[in-house]
Amino acid sequence: MLDSAFSVFSQGRNFARIVEGLWVTLEISAVSVLLSLILGLIAGLIMTAKETLGATAIRLYFELIRFTPILVLLYLFYYSLSRAWGINLDAKVVAILVFTLWGTAEMADLVRGAVTSISVHQRESGLALGLNESQINHYIVIPLAVRRLIPGVINLTTRMIKTTPYIFFINVPELIKVGQQVVELTGFKNKLASFWVYGFIFFIYFMVCFPISRYSSYLEKKWGG
Amino acid sequence: MFSDQPVLKIKELYKKYDEREVLHGISLEVKKGEVLVMVGPSGCGKSTLLRCLNGLEPIDSGDIELNGESIIFGKIRWNLVRQRIGMVFQSYDLFPHMTVLENILLGPLKAQKRGRAEVAGEAKTYLDRVGLLDRWDSYPNQLSGGQRQRVAIVRALCMNPEIMLFDEVTASLDPEMVREVLDVMLGLAVRGLTMLIVTHEMAFARAVADRVIFMDEGIIVENESPANFFENPATDRARKFLNIFYFDGVKKGPG
Repeated sequence: MLDSAFSVFSQGRNFARIVEGLWVTLEISAVSVLLSLILGLIAGLIMTAKETLGATAIRLYFELIRFTPILVLLYLFYYSLSRAWGINLDAKVVAILVFTLWGTAEMADLVRGAVTSISVHQRESGLALGLNESQINHYIVIPLAVRRLIPGVINLTTRMIKTTPYIFFINVPELIKVGQQVVELTGFKNKLASFWVYGFIFFIYFMVCFPISRYSSYLEKKWGG
Repeated sequence: MFSDQPVLKIKELYKKYDEREVLHGISLEVKKGEVLVMVGPSGCGKSTLLRCLNGLEPIDSGDIELNGESIIFGKIRWNLVRQRIGMVFQSYDLFPHMTVLENILLGPLKAQKRGRAEVAGEAKTYLDRVGLLDRWDSYPNQLSGGQRQRVAIVRALCMNPEIMLFDEVTASLDPEMVREVLDVMLGLAVRGLTMLIVTHEMAFARAVADRVIFMDEGIIVENESPANFFENPATDRARKFLNIFYFDGVKKGPG
């Protein structure tokens, strides 16, 4: 049985292609996560600041994005833009754009939640000790917000990684797309090819996401209460 | 018994929330070393008054003087004023990401820019006095409510305030933890700390107070010695209020 696995991965560039697919997945995840964190932090802070027209607009816009299926956004930016206006974006660029839009919306919501969850008592305790606003932010609000934020951010990261297979539908050669091609190439002769390839992909996703998630629970435990 | 210069002098203080007036012309003096206990029904304005005293609530008119200087008129930097007024709240919120000692040192080191060695020594002396020296390195979530509130008191004390304000500090505690906090406050009173205490613990009020202030509907109704206030309240309102705390025995007659 292991022979069949060996034959699948050793044939041609199969193994190298799967690694390349993994690389595409990781690249798109990493870039989107990073951009989402930065933009989401800024957007979240604007949303928690005083109720302005800008804050309301950002909130409406993000609610819209958060409740739209990723696939619809991918199609909209990949197929519709080129059909309707002749704007041809590279599939990878569309993938990063859509994942960043979505990730930013989720991240902004996390930031807003973390900042508003810090009770008014914490702020008042700081004021009563004679600290000024920037000292209160520096020593109390920001450290507490970061602690509350990190588990959610890690959770969002694994969610984004697990959602990247959608870009399969706009023909980005990510892990699953490559896996499918390998199966098509070898599956005719080898009935177990599909099992080995998708089993391996399953294992890869697990190996990427599980440690991240464990780290999050560790932090939650450490900072709990 | 007390020096003449009042530590705190409140003159004709008025405060409104929207259109509802919560404090109608409060005037009060607290002398150095004096312990004033404020009692009164919920919503009578006593907590609001405390919050006005360290600028957590703005006032509408009147004046407040701290050791002879107005903290209302002129260019007031509240963070500097608050360093001279200690306040302990009902919610025993320590900063959850800091140990007991870090909680206590934050104000003295960052707001007052004092030296670490000096303040840490002082903090440990106070912690010892409230029976928590062995917990200096614990995090707040490892402490009971009563222990947290005792740390909060030490945190305020280490700023070496000219007066301490206590806003119903035992109201959210489980009954078995109330005593340990009140005992700490009694100890402070004995040592001559100037205190303004809002509480619903009548037995404690009677034991600790030099004067009892009874407030109702935003005014000071009585300003009396504890003996007079609890034995012979001068007003109907005070009598009615005190009656809430006493129960007539119910004797079961023959069935």
